[in-house]
Amino acid sequence: MRDQRLWTWHVLAGLVILVFLGLHMTIMHLDTIFGFFNPGDAKPIDWVSVVGRARMGFFTVSYIVLLGAALFHGLYGLRNILFELGPGRGVKSALNVALTVGGVGLFAFGAWAAWAAGALARTL
Amino acid sequence: MTAPATVTFRIRRYDPATQQPPVWEDITIPYTHGMTVLDGLRVIKETRSATLAWRSSCRMGVCGSCGMFINGHPRLACNTQITELGTQLVTVAPLPNFAIIRDLVPDLRPLFDKHAALMPYIIRDDVQEMFEPTGEYFQTPHELEQFLQFSYCIKCGCCGAACPTVATDPEYSGPMALAQSHRYNADSRDGGFAARKQVLATEKGPWKCHYAGECSQACPKGVDPARAIQLMKRQLVFDYLKLYRQPCPSKVVAKPTEITRRADVPEAPAPTV
Repeated sequence: MRDQRLWTWHVLAGLVILVFLGLHMTIMHLDTIFGFFNPGDAKPIDWVSVVGRARMGFFTVSYIVLLGAALFHGLYGLRNILFELGPGRGVKSALNVALTVGGVGLFAFGAWAAWAAGALARTL
Repeated sequence: MTAPATVTFRIRRYDPATQQPPVWEDITIPYTHGMTVLDGLRVIKETRSATLAWRSSCRMGVCGSCGMFINGHPRLACNTQITELGTQLVTVAPLPNFAIIRDLVPDLRPLFDKHAALMPYIIRDDVQEMFEPTGEYFQTPHELEQFLQFSYCIKCGCCGAACPTVATDPEYSGPMALAQSHRYNADSRDGGFAARKQVLATEKGPWKCHYAGECSQACPKGVDPARAIQLMKRQLVFDYLKLYRQPCPSKVVAKPTEITRRADVPEAPAPTV
């Protein structure tokens, strides 16, 4: 049952990435058409735009959700590639633990960075 | 290609008794009109090498016994005309991804073990009805189309020989077993999805399919196992999300009670169940 669960979350994470990458493309590359979340006449990559977005709770949550989805999606794919090399049961268990611990660690670090950036931006 | 005067068979020979690795043997025979690869092997066995071993039975692409690796592709030897290969050199090897028993005879036991593990038969909630059917089950043409093409599978193993995942992962159930599992999951007379899910939802299930599509290319019967596997993945994802509800197995068709046969219509044969 675990593989059914992991695959389903892999697909859902792919959908989440699709939505948030769409948002990224809209904000960063289609700004001349839409101008979303870019205050004044600033370009999306300008300091004032970056800080402006970092102050918004929506973006802090978006960064964390996208981070989680991308990490899960990517690490599950990596796990599949490694498992296809034909490791034994013990190596598979070790890989599961390593990828889970690594993923959770990277997520915690990235989520803290997103939250800290937001907190810092609100003091500026 | 015009018909050649002769054709050379390059055959992979292996005899476990000799403890030697497989070797290639070239044998040239006269070509006869309409010769298939299986016909050529028979000529070789009768005239050149009586020890050559392979499996075959029906000679008409129905039994699935003569799956071989012919000119780099898994095919049925009986279904492959020499002229359609476009060359006078025919290389014949046992199906890849299986152990070799002897010469062109692959060990298909893992294939059939995985097939059996996925319960390729009708499973119903009403056990009494399952083992002692009282009649025919209701099924619309649309419901039939959901699984019909998958039921054409002859279990020859060509799809498994072409599958890159089977080549690297011995635990993977393989396209034949998975397609046959989906054939029954998609059958409106069946109620065995929950039982088959015990295998499908694990590491042996469809998750490792890369959708290379080689299985569907290789199938000599035109079955599309790759499609069955993707449909199965969708079914299992919906099941996990509680969005899939298997319909109850279809009911027995009520027999007509009051009907009078016209005199000009012959009497129907006796029911088989």
